[in-house]
Amino acid sequence: MQLTLKVWRQKNNKAEGKFEFHKIQAEEHMSFLEMLDVLNEKIVSEKKEPVAFEHDCREGICGSCSMVINGRPHGPQAGTTTCQLHMRAYKSGDTITIEPFRATSFPVIKDLVVDRSSFDNIIQAGGYISVNTGQAVDGNAIPVNRDDASDAFDSAACIGCGACVAACPNGSAMLFTSAKINHLEKLPQGKIEHNTRVKNMIKQMDKEGFGKCSNVGACGVECPKEIPMDNIAAMNRSYLTSVFTKE
Amino acid sequence: MKLDSKTPEGSLAEKWTKYRGSMNLVAPNNKRRLDVIVVGTGLAGASAASTLGELGYNVKAFTFHDSPRRAHSIAAQGGINAAKNYQNDGDSIYRLFYDTIKGGDYRSRESNVHRLAECSTEIIDQAVAQGVPFAREYGGLLANRSFGGVQVSRTFYARGQTGQQLLIGAYSGLSRQIALGKVKMHNRHEMLDVVIVDGKARGIITRNLLTGKLEKHAAHCVVLATGGYGNVFYLSTNAMGSNVSAAWRAVKKGALMANPCYTQIHPTCIPVSGEYQSKLTLMSESLRNDGRVWVPNKLDDAKAIQQGQKTAQELKEEDRDYYLERRYPAFGNLVPRDVASRAAKTATDEGKGVVKTGLGVYLDFAAAIERYGKSTAHTKGISNPSSAQIKELGEEVVSQKYGNLFQMYEKITGENPYKSPMKIYPAVHYTMGGLWVDYNLETNIPGLFALGEANFSDHGANRLGASALMQGLADGYFVIPYTIGQFLSNEIRTPQISNESPEFITAEKETRARLDHLIDTNGNQSVESFHRKLGKIMWEYCGMSRNAEGLQKGIKMIQDLREEFKKDVFVPGVVEEFNPELEKATRVADFLEMGEVMMRDALDRNESCGGHFREEYVSSDGEAERNDEEYTYVAAWEWLENGKPQVHKEELKFENVELKTRSYK
Repeated sequence: MQLTLKVWRQKNNKAEGKFEFHKIQAEEHMSFLEMLDVLNEKIVSEKKEPVAFEHDCREGICGSCSMVINGRPHGPQAGTTTCQLHMRAYKSGDTITIEPFRATSFPVIKDLVVDRSSFDNIIQAGGYISVNTGQAVDGNAIPVNRDDASDAFDSAACIGCGACVAACPNGSAMLFTSAKINHLEKLPQGKIEHNTRVKNMIKQMDKEGFGKCSNVGACGVECPKEIPMDNIAAMNRSYLTSVFTKE
Repeated sequence: MKLDSKTPEGSLAEKWTKYRGSMNLVAPNNKRRLDVIVVGTGLAGASAASTLGELGYNVKAFTFHDSPRRAHSIAAQGGINAAKNYQNDGDSIYRLFYDTIKGGDYRSRESNVHRLAECSTEIIDQAVAQGVPFAREYGGLLANRSFGGVQVSRTFYARGQTGQQLLIGAYSGLSRQIALGKVKMHNRHEMLDVVIVDGKARGIITRNLLTGKLEKHAAHCVVLATGGYGNVFYLSTNAMGSNVSAAWRAVKKGALMANPCYTQIHPTCIPVSGEYQSKLTLMSESLRNDGRVWVPNKLDDAKAIQQGQKTAQELKEEDRDYYLERRYPAFGNLVPRDVASRAAKTATDEGKGVVKTGLGVYLDFAAAIERYGKSTAHTKGISNPSSAQIKELGEEVVSQKYGNLFQMYEKITGENPYKSPMKIYPAVHYTMGGLWVDYNLETNIPGLFALGEANFSDHGANRLGASALMQGLADGYFVIPYTIGQFLSNEIRTPQISNESPEFITAEKETRARLDHLIDTNGNQSVESFHRKLGKIMWEYCGMSRNAEGLQKGIKMIQDLREEFKKDVFVPGVVEEFNPELEKATRVADFLEMGEVMMRDALDRNESCGGHFREEYVSSDGEAERNDEEYTYVAAWEWLENGKPQVHKEELKFENVELKTRSYK
């Protein structure tokens, strides 16, 4: 198939960016990133600088890939990361616009690569259970309700890609933050620090410059792991409780 | 060079306990004054960095990723083994030890493997305490499943994303130590050299991948947890960034690369679809619990399927060859990975492959869907269920067990695996070889340690499924925190290491020269094209089966390719900027040397064992034939100045296990 790519090029954080157009021949069995590999091979053969994009595992789990394709983070398919998207989703003659995730808290590094260390900072503010190695009791000492474990997993499935932020008109990280809070809250081991965790992580989230949630719902739709928006509702509830709970 | 494994005295079951109890300790006030560098933040690196931080050491951690959470441990699907015996099915620490030794085809160190089995149970406890949402039974207790090469159920899992959940657990522990200031995290920093001062590893040279600037980092010792070298094959299930460079740089400074020819080819991956392909995707081994592997009995049927004129469903039972069940009745579809991979190769070599290229076999769930459907119908009290009803109920069960894997398969291939069987083929997945380490996980360079897939220590010539996560976490959480004290207890009087010593300055200069050379070459071929060529040579001559003639040819081809690379590679941009092509170039340059050592090792080992299959050494019934008389040793390779690798041997002594022909029949 013959495609036209409209790709965002930006030398670095300070430079001004612009779109660049490329014509490319692709095959339907290629993954989207393999199509970009072919583009880069072509650019390198012309001794020019290839398009920088972040990627690693290429199987939808590491959360590295971060691009907005035709206006949607990770492209058109539900529950799919960019690396899992295949060219059979497009037809010959299509023009595809490729941009980086855009949010104040995700500054562009180069072309399609952005800095998402603000996510690490949120986790460092409390996205853990305070247990040192060697302190644990036997794995079966505390039974965990099967559905609770399953719910915890649903939230823990987050890959930290940031599509929720990129999709949100406010650039809010509420889905990311709430997914971690709810993952830990659902488990007896995580309940103990719940109140302080909620307060600290939300404080950090605000400090990183993420926007507020106004119930648009784009985050849940674009999340490649389909983490639902109820996580945000649960976090809001937890936040209110934590504010009125004495430590 | 004499290789001393430093295995402690005493009976096998007591070695670790006794050693741990008599080891040198470092007092808390001294720990505060000791710096430790940990490179890599996968399961081994993150667990080591956080635990060492908890103990009180000053840890500096490094990853080339933008966040420690992205390491490739995250992609492990199936599970993690532990000898908990929660299922009451006869498991024990000894049995896990024995299975691992046997699975590794008797080419690993007894003492290390037994310690691994001992630590396995603690890992599960630790992970549960961190909030890893393992699968649970209705009563709230932990669930288990079976994996290849064993006859008990000892694998703990979190759907098909066990690696992700365990890594997030380790990452959360690491994040906590970062917040407490005990670990200083350096994201987007790639290690480009290790610095040796007075014979001890005292630091590393890194490149800040954002600015391209080189940095010198000093510490009292260096821990490498930088993963395996499967990407030497270009196409593998490894992440795109996985590389051998940190380990290889250590080899260039005198460390030894042990058993480099032991590579694991995983039997269940999605077949290659075209020349543009960048990586291969694994389908978890857990699928072999319920999936049946088969090819057509008749060559005509296979040909028709390859040409798209027939489908799998059109073939009657008697026209199918469930070759694993036929050849290995005791283990059936759950034979170890090396055995399953070779069997697939045998079937496709006969021309019975089921994809266009001929390189693929079926993994069929129809029988499991029917079995689960019938039992669910029975539980629900549906009498005389229709076949459509059975199918629907069965698909539901299969979806609960493997839903995300089926979804992943459909996304990549565009085919629905509930309706027609999956097509799979073996692909490079893991490397059992790695840096030579002693019982303390210390390389032959004092103060340089290697953990996880980066070392060679526990899996012998073949790794069993669900054991990589176990080893990474055992090394990081429960072994290195103790054994590092054996080195550091002698360093309590050593002041902070300066990064301005001549050794650091020389190392930085040499690194800079290496990078400049790559840019200045300004040739005509892309880094990617060299990598692809290297991969083809490796797969052709050092892949699923090897022979002396091919290996000799392959070595020559790699040497030629390396020369060509030096003269004709093109790397755009400059050193001091964000430059992903330059990153790739440094990694491929190291793969071009590593590949040769792998081939030399494969050529040197005149036997077949585990993942190393030499066509010249086959039993009459087509199975791998070991030569215990001559090859019961670890081959540890030194890279000499003149570019000629030289082998050193550590004899393997089996005091508890009798060496037998590995049989899964």
